[in-house]
Amino acid sequence: MTHTKLIGERAISVNDEGYLTDYAQWDAQVAETLAKEINIELTPKHWAVLKFLQEQYKNEVALNIRRIGSSGVVDIKEFYQLFPQGPLKTSTKIAGIPKPASCI
Amino acid sequence: MNEFNGEIKKMMIIVSKATLDSVYAAFILANGARAEGIEAEMFFTFFGLEAINKKKLEHLHIATVGNPAMHIPTMLGGFPGMESLASSMMRREMEKIDIPPVHEFLDILKASGVKLWACKLAMDMFHYTKADLYDDVDDILTVGAFYDRSKGLGTHILFI
Repeated sequence: MTHTKLIGERAISVNDEGYLTDYAQWDAQVAETLAKEINIELTPKHWAVLKFLQEQYKNEVALNIRRIGSSGVVDIKEFYQLFPQGPLKTSTKIAGIPKPASCI
Repeated sequence: MNEFNGEIKKMMIIVSKATLDSVYAAFILANGARAEGIEAEMFFTFFGLEAINKKKLEHLHIATVGNPAMHIPTMLGGFPGMESLASSMMRREMEKIDIPPVHEFLDILKASGVKLWACKLAMDMFHYTKADLYDDVDDILTVGAFYDRSKGLGTHILFI
């Protein structure tokens, strides 16, 4: 089921878990709003990670923690520091892409 | 259901066997917990210690004897080299789906904030010292200390 969510005065569509259902609706303001909801203030390092995730999504590469670690953008320890509460889950949500279905 | 509405806060995973499949099951559960924002600690005991023994951790095998899921006759499973063959086949399949080798997996678990503990009694029994273990093992613990670390609402203990 999709829900409507207000970002400023603009409506976007999200699924039951709060992930965007239409990546075209994503912009920096969406990212900042979603990050704030889980008490994350986006730094340049966060943005670099989000950009990497979005590139992987556009290239249809499945995401998992190992790929993040070998990305050259961030190491796993840092990734957990940037997004402490379930990093892959929260970072993909902020990046406006689907939740990864990987078990690792 | 009144403790955090049943929410899981921390997984304490006891690794008691060193077959490749049980070790990977334990690693994937610990990593998966961290990925969900759940704390995770692992306690390696008895043969499970091989999974953090520097010299042995890259040579874990799956059991080809006494393992009905292998679907090969038990006697065949006992032939020399069968375990190595089956294990290397399994490793190859796992690499294909991006599951890392044991040492790299331990590195990922540590970087993800998983605590790794070695069981004192099993260390004594096998005459291992901390020098025999994977470098980033947190410490050697007694079972009492392990239970002490398991205190708190929303902690679950899992024996593998």
